[in-house]
Amino acid sequence: MSRNRHPLFMPLILVGGLIFGFGLGFSHMARPEVVLNFLQFDDFGLLFVMFGAAIVSGIAFAVMPRISDGAPLTGKPFERRLKSFDRNVLIGGAIFGVGWGLSGICPGAAYASLGIGNVTILWALAGMFIGAYLQGRWRSRAVSADSVATGAD
Amino acid sequence: MVPDPVPLQLTAELFPNGISRYAIGGLLVGLGTVVIYLGTGIPAGASTFLESTLSYVSGQSRFMQYVSSRDWRLVFTLGIILGALTFAATVQSGVITTSLYQPGTTGELYEVGGVTLWSTDVQPWRLLIGGVFVGVGTRIGKGCTSGHGVCGVGSASKTSIVGVATFLTVAIVTGQLVAALGVSP
Repeated sequence: MSRNRHPLFMPLILVGGLIFGFGLGFSHMARPEVVLNFLQFDDFGLLFVMFGAAIVSGIAFAVMPRISDGAPLTGKPFERRLKSFDRNVLIGGAIFGVGWGLSGICPGAAYASLGIGNVTILWALAGMFIGAYLQGRWRSRAVSADSVATGAD
Repeated sequence: MVPDPVPLQLTAELFPNGISRYAIGGLLVGLGTVVIYLGTGIPAGASTFLESTLSYVSGQSRFMQYVSSRDWRLVFTLGIILGALTFAATVQSGVITTSLYQPGTTGELYEVGGVTLWSTDVQPWRLLIGGVFVGVGTRIGKGCTSGHGVCGVGSASKTSIVGVATFLTVAIVTGQLVAALGVSP
């Protein structure tokens, strides 16, 4: 990221977040119960949210790299979101799955849940920060010691 | 009584709350992602906010790599909260009504200053413990439902498709197990 950001950079991020959060509220993804109902096969609506969103963003990810060299506010080239595959994707995905299945909450939906008045969701937010902190400590240590940590902190 | 045509019956069974609120909500989630991408070239995910925000209070190398993006991720998250609040103050409060929105009966509604807010019935221990797993898992697994599920799948990324298949499968098994053990809500 450049130090001299375009003056519209932050306002645009805010507007994007506003639409994103409104959509999560409207779709009821900010309600853990609705996600848990999906996992119980009682209501398949969640599929429309995830794939509806993926199709809309997918069009932009497919079209923009062909018609433009870079984003107007950052100059960053338009690229797709590609992450390298390794077994962490499976291990982390499985751990996330346990959490999602237990609580019905994922990060974006949790922030939106706070917005619709769900103060109880602070428990989930606290849990997420604790989890992210634990893995960050563990992985920082694993990198610096270049060995697998044995402590279960 | 004339029976419903088969497709309608199926729809009612699989989608007891209709599909419009889900489809329109999903389109808006995608649109929010697109707005940010068109201006900045960033395919934004929501879970990196956790690590990037931790860099304000912890010097661990794992968090410090996100220092350059932590301010806009904070703004993005603030936007998500305010966007959901805007939804609560308009559609959820009944100020704006549309046949495309089905209110639903989960959780509890309450009012503060004329705004209809909503609170979950899901027990705090489930949220807390589930949250810890989400915090660990999304960071090790390189993404969550927005990073992998929306941006990654939208990018036709094989890594993300495998990631989504993994967490979706495990979440379904977990959700079914928890319900089978009689935990509700």
